[in-house]
Amino acid sequence: MPELTMVQAVNHALRDEMRADDEVVVLGEDVGLNGGVFRCTADLFEEFGEDRVIDTPLSESGIIGAAIGMAMYGLRPVPEIQFSDFIWPAFDQITSELAKMRYRSAGQFTCPLVIRTPYGGGIRGGHYHSQSPEAYFTHTPGLVVVVPSDPYDAKGLLRSAIQSEDPVLFLEPKRIYRSPKMEVPDDDYTVEIGKAAVRREGTDFTITCYGAMVPVALEACKKAAEKGWEGEVLDLRTLLPLDTDALIDSVTKTGRMLVLQEAPKFCGYGSELCAIVAEKAIDVLEAPIKRVAGFDVPFPYTLEHVYMPHADRVLRGIEEMMDY
Amino acid sequence: MLQILSPSGDVDSAGLPDLSSERMVELYRSMLTVRTMDTRMLALQRQGRIGFYGTCKGQEAATVGSGAAMTADDWVFPALREGAVLLMRGYPLEKVMGQLVGCSLDPTHGRQMPCHFSSREHNFVTLSSVIGTQISQAMGAAWASKIKGDGNAVIGYMGDGATSSTDFHCALTFAAVHKVPCVFFCQNNQWAISVPFEKQTASDGIAGKAPAYGLPGVQVDGNDVLAVYAATKEAAERARNGDGPTLIEAVTFRLEGHSSSDDPTRYRDEAVVAEWRARDPIARFRNFLELEGLVTEALDCDIQDEVKASVDAAIVVAEKAPPPEIDTLFTDVYAQVPHLLKEQRDDLLAHEHSDRENEGAFPL
Repeated sequence: MPELTMVQAVNHALRDEMRADDEVVVLGEDVGLNGGVFRCTADLFEEFGEDRVIDTPLSESGIIGAAIGMAMYGLRPVPEIQFSDFIWPAFDQITSELAKMRYRSAGQFTCPLVIRTPYGGGIRGGHYHSQSPEAYFTHTPGLVVVVPSDPYDAKGLLRSAIQSEDPVLFLEPKRIYRSPKMEVPDDDYTVEIGKAAVRREGTDFTITCYGAMVPVALEACKKAAEKGWEGEVLDLRTLLPLDTDALIDSVTKTGRMLVLQEAPKFCGYGSELCAIVAEKAIDVLEAPIKRVAGFDVPFPYTLEHVYMPHADRVLRGIEEMMDY
Repeated sequence: MLQILSPSGDVDSAGLPDLSSERMVELYRSMLTVRTMDTRMLALQRQGRIGFYGTCKGQEAATVGSGAAMTADDWVFPALREGAVLLMRGYPLEKVMGQLVGCSLDPTHGRQMPCHFSSREHNFVTLSSVIGTQISQAMGAAWASKIKGDGNAVIGYMGDGATSSTDFHCALTFAAVHKVPCVFFCQNNQWAISVPFEKQTASDGIAGKAPAYGLPGVQVDGNDVLAVYAATKEAAERARNGDGPTLIEAVTFRLEGHSSSDDPTRYRDEAVVAEWRARDPIARFRNFLELEGLVTEALDCDIQDEVKASVDAAIVVAEKAPPPEIDTLFTDVYAQVPHLLKEQRDDLLAHEHSDRENEGAFPL
């Protein structure tokens, strides 16, 4: 079985779906001959040609508007937004149009498309190559929001997303784009959208996380284990629709919940997780919920390593919960 | 500016588009139908029987002429004033009324404000109220048609206000680079609610913007149905032949307010409106058809009576129909109803009766 990076896994998912279905097309900035600035679309232009691997003019709104029209007309476009920080010109098309097309036409017009976009910090990208925009989109009924945390899931979830009848925002955590590698099967497996995964079993506390925060959570749990506390790591994988059962099951089992995200804390996605647990399972909690998140500031350049949640900061949160 | 009919309805027959007498009368019937319907619907809105309405009044030639030039397989991305194109494609009046009333006869379950029609069967794409977004989508659909090689064309409508939007710029840019089979049709009716054309752009027209994007722009007398038909037909043929997109600017005038919620006397000079009223597109076409011996005053009365009767019959049916099922609040958000949404639905349905008592508490 080949060992792949997440970039390669994404590339293989695109390649395999394009081989399996002629309606799948890729479009975006620099995705053609150049193969994408992160190389996610490498070699696709050569294999599938310029009609299916399309270099577009530089307009995110135009890319998504075009992809919506294509999807309604019967293609399965996979537009790439080069960095999620650049997605805002397309916000109108995504939230007013894409997310509502099925609803406002009562299923007459649908948009089976996947917006792929790298997101998150950890690459010294400053304000505009580092942000985590998930909460803006998880507040929009009609969208599916998926975040893989390793190469295996990246391939399996992206294939599911391309086959899905719903529009999917596929957020790729670029901090773990090129490392670590892991074994990824060459066959046509998929990973189901809407299902969380327990990455580490534990009995004392639950950490909810996704994307590049999953390895941070695992590292923090290792440190906590040295103190005799066994943490459970719940990788949500799909943020919308949420796997509520997995969340409630884990928190019910452990009685403590630490919500980890790299996006700013206030009104972040994790706040919704807190609310759901408060509504459905507050009586199982043995300590107040702890949120470990990015600070409520624009994403910094030089002090990125201070801004980003790291294992020691997570461990401090765990200590607070365990000492309560 | 392309013009075939003079304001009095005279014509140089050498320039006439290839339309049979029957087809010309059909266009006339469509124009008169939408005018009669608009008058009736505005009255119904004033009586509080529908919540909102946006008329096509003054723009019938632009809407009907362009709609008639496309084939049934061509896709239509409408703006607010192109409902007549859907009717011309055979959409039943009862469903139109169902949408306007927002009852269970509306195939889209009363989810949108009036005049936001949608019919996959008629290749008439659901519209939003957001200005300009459909222009990029029309470009994308046309692009898909090109990739599929199915030989269709797509028409994307917009008003003059929409030409200031991001989507106008990216749609024309993308469409020209990739030579997609799209007809961009701008109804320059001079007003974006209260903002006049000269405050919308310092350009002397919309068509003139096209060459800078690398596509042809055609300015046509939007009150001349035959000129609009000819210009759109030619643009659709260019699209089908692989020659790429065209921007058409139909110069016309919005005789009513932006919508039933708007009072245009607050911001525009009645004398200018009167000038345009005198250039009525329906009267102009009727003069031509009368000169050709194709319509009579009696036919006019017949059409108006027929339309009024069928609108009134349809409105009775729509008003009697029940509201959409409460369950339709929750369907079509996704292909399947997700778990948390099911919870919300089940909770609401358990209390449906008490919630229904609040019906009408928030009038539009």
